[in-house]
Amino acid sequence: MTSMSFDELLPLIFIGLMGVSLLVYVVSDGYDLGVGMLMHRATPEERDTMVASIGPFWDANETWLVLGVGLLLVAFPKAHGLVLSELYLPTTLMLVGLILRGAAFDFRVKARASRKAMWDRLFIAGSMLASVCQGWMLGRYISGFGEGWNFPIFAGAIALALPMAYALLGATWLVMKTDGPLQDKAIEWSKIAWPPMVLGLILISTATPWISETVRERWFTLPAIIAVASIPITTGIALLTVRLLLNSPAVRDALCWLPFALLVLVFLLSFLGLSYSIYPFVVIDRLTVWEAASSPDSLKVILIGVCVTLPVIVAYTGFSYRVFRGKTIELDYA
Amino acid sequence: MFMDAVFLARIQFAANITFHILFPSISIALGWALLFFRMKHLRAKDAQQKLDWLRAYRLWTKVFALTFALGVVSGVTMSFQFGTNWPGYMERVGNIAGPLLSYEVLTAFFLEAGFLGVMLFGHRRVGEMVHLGATFLVAFGTLMSAFWILALNSWMQTPAGYGIVDGQFHARSWLEIIFNPSFPYRLVHMVLASALTCAFLLIGISAWQLLKGVATTSASRVLRTGLVFAALVAPAQMVAGDFHGLNTLKHQPQKIAAMEGIWETTRGAPLLLFAIPDDAARTNRFELAVPKLASLILRHDTEGELKGLNEFPSAHPPVFAVFWCFRIMVGMGVLMLLVSWFGLWRHWRDGWDFAKMPRPVLWLFAGMTFAGWVATIAGWYVTEIGRQPFIVAGLIRTSDVASRVPSSSIALTLAIYVVVYLALLLAYVGVLKYMSETADKKLNAITTVSPSAGQQYQGRGEFA
Ligand code: HDD
Ligand code: HEM
Ligand code: HEM
Repeated sequence: MTSMSFDELLPLIFIGLMGVSLLVYVVSDGYDLGVGMLMHRATPEERDTMVASIGPFWDANETWLVLGVGLLLVAFPKAHGLVLSELYLPTTLMLVGLILRGAAFDFRVKARASRKAMWDRLFIAGSMLASVCQGWMLGRYISGFGEGWNFPIFAGAIALALPMAYALLGATWLVMKTDGPLQDKAIEWSKIAWPPMVLGLILISTATPWISETVRERWFTLPAIIAVASIPITTGIALLTVRLLLNSPAVRDALCWLPFALLVLVFLLSFLGLSYSIYPFVVIDRLTVWEAASSPDSLKVILIGVCVTLPVIVAYTGFSYRVFRGKTIELDYA
Repeated sequence: MFMDAVFLARIQFAANITFHILFPSISIALGWALLFFRMKHLRAKDAQQKLDWLRAYRLWTKVFALTFALGVVSGVTMSFQFGTNWPGYMERVGNIAGPLLSYEVLTAFFLEAGFLGVMLFGHRRVGEMVHLGATFLVAFGTLMSAFWILALNSWMQTPAGYGIVDGQFHARSWLEIIFNPSFPYRLVHMVLASALTCAFLLIGISAWQLLKGVATTSASRVLRTGLVFAALVAPAQMVAGDFHGLNTLKHQPQKIAAMEGIWETTRGAPLLLFAIPDDAARTNRFELAVPKLASLILRHDTEGELKGLNEFPSAHPPVFAVFWCFRIMVGMGVLMLLVSWFGLWRHWRDGWDFAKMPRPVLWLFAGMTFAGWVATIAGWYVTEIGRQPFIVAGLIRTSDVASRVPSSSIALTLAIYVVVYLALLLAYVGVLKYMSETADKKLNAITTVSPSAGQQYQGRGEFA
């Protein structure tokens, strides 16, 4: 890998972009899916506040999914075909979940009051369905779509762990964005979701090397192991800090943002670890980025667009978060 | 269960896009209508007017939010379906379709989604100008998204600016690809379609409020606005449609032959008002025709020659659907023109007072609430079915690029989508009805009007 021409570099840039979009998606839609799932434990008034806390953002959050899948489709059409036909049914169910929750989100306050509870249930169910399906898809994906008794169990475990991670992310989001009794509840929810999330993370990190020889070699050869060990160590410290913070009084005011921020860091690190495992494959042990990439010419055209628009997108996303900063107040169209 | 995968994939794609387009066709124009209501509110001098436009703005913002949400969730589905249903398509024309789709996401979807929150919920948190700016950017984003997706769709109808190496398409000139021959016509026609769809929604719902006795002077203003919009746009749409047709004649004569039901190449071709095209017998039954009119419209010459379907053996679209969808679209267009002009004339004769409008006319308005949907969908079916059997006109056949997913999976997911979509469509219409009937009870809570007008006042029910 001494000197790589720009054309050879392009697929790498694009896998990076796609990964970043999916990471932003997982973190941002993760907290709002998490909030959606937690609503089954909230009172009707609390539900309004919870929805209000994600109301201005969910649409933009989902757009990262459209970008991620769009880049997969556009830059790696062969991988897209392979991945999405392997995951055809869970993808459909995830979409149904996203449809239901996106629709219920708006219907719940606009339909007649007697139907609100029904739309809330659909909102919760849609959030759960989408999260579970995403967990299953992640599990199938990182195990390289392998066959055999252990693979479905692995995917099933991730299908439960990812929603827990989302719930934890959502709960810490609420710790940051709310106060009073709802904040207390959110702290409780965070404590409940913490162990399964940690367990899931341990499971993924130990199972991936076990399943794929490529991954095992990458992690457990000598010089590398010292460098990459920093990832699990930092992750562990961040997770422990989150747990400690949840017991401290500071999390109710000055440090209310910290657990959420640390979890974002955890997601980022896990993403880095996963990327390190998989590189240079798009589909583990089957397709490398270069085999799957489309022509450099069209990738360049897209890259220009990305370079121009991405900073602008980041800027106005930041603007929107600034406008709605602070504790959540009631949402209205006023 | 024994239908083939290609057929199911088509039905599934068609079902999804049909559901999806319902919402963009409203939101593309409604964003601008909201901007208009807001400006009217800010500019209005007297208090009653100010309140009327504010109420209109509030009610229609809710409609917009609901419509937009359904547009987004069905759109997210579309973005997956592109690859799952037509994997071969992306493998062959990905170099052209890819950048167009990416630019849509980057320049349109993010723009809409990024400012939607501020537009819907940001009123108390940002200044009036920033808020207007956000509304403008959302409306502009919907237009941009129509721009890119229609550029792609038009390219599939009239491909240009490409080269083929080993069966793979490569871009030669992006300008030619984007501004391909049918694109300007399709963009104009679609944007006008959206304007009409939105105008009739405004008309229909306001008329419903009048009929139910829940209307305020706000509903009258919206109704009047809708009528004026529709009366202006309906004729423009006919002119645009005519140009669109001439363009199609030049590039896709077999589509025109199917639209007009012409089997044999004819000079002085008649315009068929009614017929039952029979694909098997390759002829029409029960024809009712106006002599020479089709030639006159399409060639501007009563003796002009139109190519018949028999000139395109095994490469022309199924005739029946194209023929009838075209008539439904044009019929709706004519009906919309008549209704809007008649309504406006009647309203003028009544001294601009809807209280004097006869109830049957209001019922007619209410009945036309979703007229735009019918015409828009019919129009898309003409365009898309009229391109068959090709997915990229003349170059790639649809059946060559279809999915390898087993047909049982497609059938299952198709069934799920259809059930979800029908339920949501029913809910959407039901909630529009409910919101229109209760708009004012809810709006009693409206109190302050933006301080930029120099005054704040209470707007409780007494203004109604
Ligand atoms: C002429 C207009 C038009 C047409 C033909 C299409 N769309 Fe669309 N689409 C829009 C106009 C639009 C819009 C007005 O921009 C929407 C509707 C409401 C909204 O939120 O944006 C939208 C939303 C929307 C979204 C959600 C964007 C977001 O997250 O904000 C996606 C992913 C798509 N569309 C994808 C598609 C695909 C793959 C199509 C064709 C195969 C398609 N659309 C046809
Ligand atoms: C939004 C309005 C649209 C509607 C209502 C619509 C409707 C349809 C219908 C009915 C079909 C099935 C035709 C058949 O096989 O009988 C179809 C096919 C298709 N359309 Fe569209 N379409 C729309 C927009 C688009 C756009 C914007 C694109 C591309 C960017 C597109 C791409 C396709 C593709 C790839 C197929 C599949 C191949 C085929 O079966 O023809 N459509 N569409
Ligand atoms: C009344 C006169 C009208 C004429 C002469 C007309 C003509 C046409 C033609 C020739 C096409 C097919 C173009 C092609 O695929 O090559 C078309 C498509 C279409 N029409 Fe119309 N049309 C009329 C009214 C309307 C109305 C009232 C609406 C909706 C409100 C509408 C919406 C559409 C749409 C959405 C399409 C598909 C997209 C496109 O190709 O632009 N049309 N129209």
